Amino acid sequence: MSWGSLENFLAMGGYAFYVWGSYLVTLGLIVAEIVLLALRKRRALARLRLDGTAAQGDR
Amino acid sequence: MSGNINWFKYSSPQTFFPLAGRLASWFGTLAAIACAAGLYLGFFVAPTDAQQGEAYRIIFIHVPAAWMSMFLYLVMAFWAGLGLAFNTRLSGMMASAIAPTGALFTFLALWTGSLWGKPTWGTWWVWDARLTSELILLFLYFGFMALQAAIDDPRRADKAGAVLALVGVVNIPIIYFSVKWWNTLHQGASVSLTKAPTMAATMLTGMAVMAFGFWFYSIAAALMRARCIMLERERASDWAADYARGSA
Repeated sequence: MSWGSLENFLAMGGYAFYVWGSYLVTLGLIVAEIVLLALRKRRALARLRLDGTAAQGDR
Repeated sequence: MSGNINWFKYSSPQTFFPLAGRLASWFGTLAAIACAAGLYLGFFVAPTDAQQGEAYRIIFIHVPAAWMSMFLYLVMAFWAGLGLAFNTRLSGMMASAIAPTGALFTFLALWTGSLWGKPTWGTWWVWDARLTSELILLFLYFGFMALQAAIDDPRRADKAGAVLALVGVVNIPIIYFSVKWWNTLHQGASVSLTKAPTMAATMLTGMAVMAFGFWFYSIAAALMRARCIMLERERASDWAADYARGSA
């Protein structure tokens, strides 16, 4: 499959809105999920460390 | 004897946590490779469709996303059922870890389907059996997550969620066979085991490679989420505290 030029590729034969609308939303949501997972892990670890310091303070 | 493998070794969060981390990295890498290869096949190798022009290229994410939406539900229900039957902690965590990724792919199947339907059918949405049952699948995922979020005790949340997940399994064959059982605007199955392929081989290959990419991504995302859930639920345990201290 040869597109000839970048313009032709981006135009997707006139279906640019539908094709890129599908692909960009898919990419966006997958990236969002990965970022949210990284933040969730960071939050869980921060809370565990906070628990740890609180426990040491009890002694 | 080979029967002496301890299958329960990894059924405790403490031993599964590091394994899940390693598996998540591996499957994440495999997912990136497969998606890159699948996109290359889909955009640069697969030919233009004679009837639909370039609009058909949505197929490379639409069909894999739809497959994953159904497959992930079955895997989620399997773990939920296992947790209900054997009362294992990890099973419920795995079910909860899969739900948001399953909902993501269900939404993407509906979204890309809508963007594909407009240029080919002339409508964004129609209440036919395939589309409606897929929408019900999205609500089942949302219902599962909302129910679990509404119950404070994680073990009780797992049990309630498991019942909902298992009852909802009935929807999966309805989605799959909807295009056969009812007269739908949605076309029949893209891939059939009994009929000769109707698509160009490169289209089929691109779709299959993308499906593997989404599958590996789902495994990686579910394992990453399972690790978060383990850290949150095992808050009082020494191993979680040790891990948090070690990763500071």
